[in-house]
Amino acid sequence: MNAIKGFVLKTISFVTGEDFWRGIVAIIVFLLFWETGSRSQSWFGVAFPWVSQVPAPTAVLQEMYRLIQDPSFWHSAYLSTLRVTEGFLAAMVIGIPLGLAMAVSKTFYGISFPVFEVLRPIPPLAWVPAAIIFWPTQELSIAFVTFLGAFFTIVINVIGGAQAIDVRYFQAARSMGSSTWDIFRRIILPGTLPSIVVGATVGIGITWAVVVAAEMISGGGSAGSVGGAAGGGLGFFIWNSYVGGSYTQIVAGMISIGMAGYLSSAILRKIGEWMTPWLAEG
Amino acid sequence: MNPTSASVAVSALPGGAIPAQAARTGKVRIIDAVKYYGAAGTGVLAVDHCTFEVPAGEITVVVGPSGCGKTTLLNAIAGFHSLSSGSIYLDDEMLCGPGKLKAEPGPDRIVVFQNGALFPWKTNIENITFGPMMQGRLTRAEAYEKARDMMADAGLRGIENNYPGEISSGVRRRVEIVRALMNDPKILLLDEPYRALDSLTKSVMHEALLEIFYKNRVTIFFITHDLEEAIFLGHRVVIMTTRPCRPKKILDIDIPHPRDYSVLTTKRFREFMDETAAAVHEEATKAFAAGEKER
Ligand SMILES: Nc1ncnc2c1ncn2[C@@H]1O[C@H](COP(=O)(O)OP(=O)(O)O)[C@@H](O)[C@H]1O
Ligand SMILES: [Mg+2]
Repeated sequence: MNAIKGFVLKTISFVTGEDFWRGIVAIIVFLLFWETGSRSQSWFGVAFPWVSQVPAPTAVLQEMYRLIQDPSFWHSAYLSTLRVTEGFLAAMVIGIPLGLAMAVSKTFYGISFPVFEVLRPIPPLAWVPAAIIFWPTQELSIAFVTFLGAFFTIVINVIGGAQAIDVRYFQAARSMGSSTWDIFRRIILPGTLPSIVVGATVGIGITWAVVVAAEMISGGGSAGSVGGAAGGGLGFFIWNSYVGGSYTQIVAGMISIGMAGYLSSAILRKIGEWMTPWLAEG
Repeated sequence: MNPTSASVAVSALPGGAIPAQAARTGKVRIIDAVKYYGAAGTGVLAVDHCTFEVPAGEITVVVGPSGCGKTTLLNAIAGFHSLSSGSIYLDDEMLCGPGKLKAEPGPDRIVVFQNGALFPWKTNIENITFGPMMQGRLTRAEAYEKARDMMADAGLRGIENNYPGEISSGVRRRVEIVRALMNDPKILLLDEPYRALDSLTKSVMHEALLEIFYKNRVTIFFITHDLEEAIFLGHRVVIMTTRPCRPKKILDIDIPHPRDYSVLTTKRFREFMDETAAAVHEEATKAFAAGEKER
C-alpha cells in the first residue's frame, strides 16, 4: 500500500515538476520539426535535406495503429522477445556463477580470465556467420549471438562487483563465526547483487541491439518461414519493410524495438530495486 | 560538556558503583610483536618489538599518529593477518606466537572498524543478530529478543528494520557496537570509531560508550589519534611512536570512573594532557615529516 502511495506521490511531484514540462515541450518541438520536415515538399515545395526522406510522425502513427491489429507483427515481436529472453536468461544463468567463481577463486580466475578477455572484444555480431555454421538451427544461432551480447557485460559486472566488496565485511563476518559458505551466501552474493542488477539492465539493452541485427543478417531465422510473410522477428520485419519499400513500416518497426528495449530495461530496473531494498533512498 | 546528559551514564548504576561481578576476562598481552609488510628488509616495518598489556575489564587507548601501525597491531589481535614475530595472548591463551603467527578470528575479539562495517544489505537488527545466529548460539527468536533488548538499552529503538544507510553515522556506530556486544566478546577492538564524527556527536558517543562499558565491563582496546579522547576514555593510555610503532609512553589515568564530561575541565585531566601533549606532538611531527599516509 505504501509503495503504491509513494509511487503516486512521486508521479505527481514529477508531473508537476519543471523537468517534466520541459521534456514534454522538447518532444513536441521535435515532432513538429519532424512533421514539417517530412511534409516540406508538399507544404513549401522545397524538400528539406534528410528529414524530407523520413515518413511523417502522423503517418508512422497511423501505420502503428494498423500494425497493432496485425497478428503477423505481433508474431515478429513475439519471436524477438523470445530470443532476447532466451539469450538473456542463458547469459544470466551462465554468467553469474562464472563471474562469481572468477571473483572467488584466484586459480580459476588465472585460468579463465585471459580466455575471457581474448573473446570479449569480439563484437557479438562478428559471431553471426560462425554461429550459423556451428549451431544446428538458425534459431539457436540467433539465440547464441543474443546470449553473447548480454553475457560479457554480466560477467564483467559480477567480477567487478564481487571484487569491490570491502574486505572489512569479510573480516567482520569471519570474526562473528561465519563459515566460508556463510560468507559466500551472506556477504558475496548480496554484495554483488547491485552489480548484477546493473549488468542485467545494461545487458538486456545490448541483447535487443544484437537480436535485431542478427535477425537481419540471418534472414529472420528458421521460424520466419512458419510465421508467414512478416515472420522472423522485428529485425527481419524492418528488413522486410525495407525490401518492400514501406518506409512508414520501417520507422514503426524501429519505434517498436525502442519501446521493447526500454520496457525490458525498466522491468529489470524495477526487479533490481525490489531485490536491493537497501539501495533505495529516503 | 553537558553535565545532565552525562549523569545518565551514572544513573544506570545505583550510587555510581561499578558492578562487583565485573568480568575479569579479556586481558591481552602483546609481547615483542613485529610486523613487516612485504619481505623483511625491503618491506614496510609497521610494528617494531612492541610490548604492552591491555588489562582485563578496563579501557586501554592506543594513541599514535596516522600511519604509525595502530590498525596493523589491531588486525594481528583480531586475526586478520599474521605477525612477523612475537606473540599475543588473550587471558593466557596464545592467540598467535612462534609456530602460529596468525591468530584465528573469533567472536571473543570483535572489531568495530574505522569507517564502520555494518552490512549495508542487512537491516540494523539483522546486522545485530548476525553473530549469535552464525555461531548457532541463539535461535532466531532468541537472537531477535536479545537484540531488541540491547537496542532499547542503547537508545536504538525504532530503527530495527531500517538499513544502516538510512541512519546517521553516529547511530551507525552505536548499532555496530551493539552488534559487537551481541557476541559476548572478551574484548572489543575499536579502531578510531569516532574519527569521522563532529565533536558534538563525538561527545555523545563517548558518554554512550562509557555507559555501555559500565554496564558490560567488557575489556576495550581503543585506537585513536586524538589525545583528549584517549585520556577521557582510558584507564590506560599507550602513546605510540611514529612508524614503526612501539609504545613511547604508557600512562595509567587515575581519574576515577565513572567519568563524565566534567572531567575535561579538571586539573588532573589538564595535567595528563600537559604531560603527554609534547610526546604526542613530537611523534606527530616526525610522522608528518616522513609523509605518512593512512590506509
Ligand atoms: N596491507 C599493507 N601492505 C603494505 N603496507 C601496509 C599495509 N597496511 C598498512 N601498511 C602500512 O603500514 C603502516 C601502518 O599502517 P596502519 O597500521 O594502517 O596505520 P594506522 O592505523 O596507525 O594509521 C603504514 O605506513 C601503511 O602504509
Ligand atoms: Mg588505522
